[in-house]
Amino acid sequence: MTQLEEVAVDQIKHLVSERAVQGETMLLNMGPQHPSTHGVLRLLLELDGETIVNCIPDIGYLHTGIEKNMESKNYTQVEVMTDRLDYLNTVGNNLAYSMAIEKLVDLDVPYRAQSIRVILAELQRISSHLIWLGTTGLDVAAMSTFLYCFREREAILDILEMVSGQRMMTTYIRPGGVWRDVPVEFEAAVRDFIKTFPRRIDEYEALLTRNPLFLDRTFGIGTISSDVAVNFGVTGPSLRATGVDWDLRKNRPYCGYDQYDFEVPTRSEGDVYARYIVRIDEMRQSLRIVEQALDKMPIGPVRSNNHKYIPPPRSEIGVSMEALIHHFKLWTEGFSTPKGAIYEAVESPRGELGVYIVSDGSPKPYRIHWRTPSFDNLQALPYMAKGLLVADLVAIIGSIDIVLGDVDR
Amino acid sequence: MGVEQKLGNMGFVTTTLEEVVNWSRTRALWPLLSGLACCAIEMMAAEGAHYDMSRFGMELMRPSPRQSDLLIVAGRVSQKMAPVMRRLYDQMPDPKWVIAMGDCASCGGVFNNYAVVSGVDELMPVDVYIAGCPPRPEALVHGIITLYDKIKQEKIKGRA
Amino acid sequence: MKPELESIVKTLTKAFKAKSSEFRGDVTVDIAPEMIVDACKMMNDELGFTQLSTMTAIDNGPDETPRFNVLYYFNSMLHNLRLGFLVPVSGEAPTLPTVSGIFRNANWRERELWDMFGIKFEGHPDMRRIFMPTDWDGHPLRKDYSLGYEEPQFTFNYKEIDKRKTYAKE
Repeated sequence: MTQLEEVAVDQIKHLVSERAVQGETMLLNMGPQHPSTHGVLRLLLELDGETIVNCIPDIGYLHTGIEKNMESKNYTQVEVMTDRLDYLNTVGNNLAYSMAIEKLVDLDVPYRAQSIRVILAELQRISSHLIWLGTTGLDVAAMSTFLYCFREREAILDILEMVSGQRMMTTYIRPGGVWRDVPVEFEAAVRDFIKTFPRRIDEYEALLTRNPLFLDRTFGIGTISSDVAVNFGVTGPSLRATGVDWDLRKNRPYCGYDQYDFEVPTRSEGDVYARYIVRIDEMRQSLRIVEQALDKMPIGPVRSNNHKYIPPPRSEIGVSMEALIHHFKLWTEGFSTPKGAIYEAVESPRGELGVYIVSDGSPKPYRIHWRTPSFDNLQALPYMAKGLLVADLVAIIGSIDIVLGDVDR
Repeated sequence: MGVEQKLGNMGFVTTTLEEVVNWSRTRALWPLLSGLACCAIEMMAAEGAHYDMSRFGMELMRPSPRQSDLLIVAGRVSQKMAPVMRRLYDQMPDPKWVIAMGDCASCGGVFNNYAVVSGVDELMPVDVYIAGCPPRPEALVHGIITLYDKIKQEKIKGRA
Repeated sequence: MKPELESIVKTLTKAFKAKSSEFRGDVTVDIAPEMIVDACKMMNDELGFTQLSTMTAIDNGPDETPRFNVLYYFNSMLHNLRLGFLVPVSGEAPTLPTVSGIFRNANWRERELWDMFGIKFEGHPDMRRIFMPTDWDGHPLRKDYSLGYEEPQFTFNYKEIDKRKTYAKE
């Protein structure tokens, strides 16, 4: 296990051009440990001087075997592992899984829980875009945005910690609703965030959007047209930057998104700069959604009361025999689902995050497959990077916004 | 009126060589930028302005192993990544220390399967283990302070 | 089922002599392995399903026939619809024709199926393992491949596991 395998040119001869085999162009390894690859991604570059002739990604350095591990746990234990897939959008992963279970067993979700889900999902989208902005800014040498973005993110993590007790892996959104009601300080904290955040986005835009150095590095770089992007399976802001108006929150609304008034920003150039503008605009629209959801949040229960799948409240267990039996079954074996297979998807900050569950009637899933957006978005990288410089490649990797936990699962 | 007091008035300090060497080694440890998964995000948050790691001299994460002396393994180590981590450890010059940050690096964490190496101490000797999934940035800072205490107790003879 | 989806499913079932099924609103069509390339071409060119959303496989167990069911899931942005194909594959060394000429992201998806299940794709430009190291033995997501579960170390079995566990000393 501790022997590193050397990849000779013969193994990848079918992927590189003729000139590499003859030694005219250079094969350079942009290895798994690199400051600009946003994780453990390995790129084999075939370079002619500084120009890229071919770019071959090599993934699998973070493969965790999550899909196989989920087959040996029951449905409640599986949810804990869903946080660790796309670790910048942990609330979104829980949301996708909970919605899939609700579709499978036909469970209802109360309105208050839907509002809370929307608020947390949009806050998580803002936090993910902030990390993207910070690290991409760092790649094109804008270090101060990195520090500012992480400061904003602390405010969002404080809200998540207030609600669930954990900063990142919350497991707060569960099938049937949310785990428990939000505390009293939640509304004040979110309103405080809504008041201070728009000025901060203006600050970041003032630093980057019309900066000639930033424009030089990003305008016209890494273009992709809309048909090629759709053919590659690209979804999310990278697709919306090419002109295709496709957003699951508008086209297939879930969780009550159709009652909120927001726009889906699109651009038509399809280059790195367009993706930057789309994500900045998305942050503003997310803030609009959070404000509307907070205003319209009704009073009521936060979890469904179908106790075949949801644990009964503690007070009932002492007085009702049925509640005791349900509690016993849920804690020892877990709930069983009807036989069949479903697919459910949400809009994550990177694209369409979907989960396909095959159930055979037992309390453990027979097969779970995660359709993660970064796996398909990354396949478009060699197409976008052909003929450009290595420095442009760094900007492009930052702009597609990949998370290696998504790619390798 | 001992020797120390007399020397102190003249601007001299007496100590042992080990203390000076260990003190200087703790004062600016340079970590290697080896964030693998979720714990790397908490490491970056610890590096931010709220939980400042710059007060330990660590705001600069060196990308090259030849220039760093602390390896913070932050995240799960998969089967394909294991020889790469070992090679990074071998490329670091002595003296070097390893912090296993998070549950996955300490013991395999939530994942008990074919694809994740159960703890990075199967590949390299670890000095400090930090628990948590992911550990808070304050826990990382506590781990670094624990490492300082460990470094201060090192003997020159024993290391060689 | 929505009316546009019904007419599309009817075209497909007539052209490829296939069955369709529906569960909680998701429609899948069973297609035979020889006809999958033509079916995908028809989906991309004529029926408006221009995006291959995902590809995966379900292992029914080593004693069942067919051994694997390969799922192709399509996304149509024109009609706002989703449709899936289920292709049965069996045998000791199962093979399928590749669709990476029609949908470009099938390239890595088929490599993933080879790595995790052992299903080879004829005509694929680059059939190598994608997640596991190149010299790995076995196909992890098959049902007869063990999970690799290690016994956790509690206080009562601490010393025994400590003796067998490999630690690196330097």
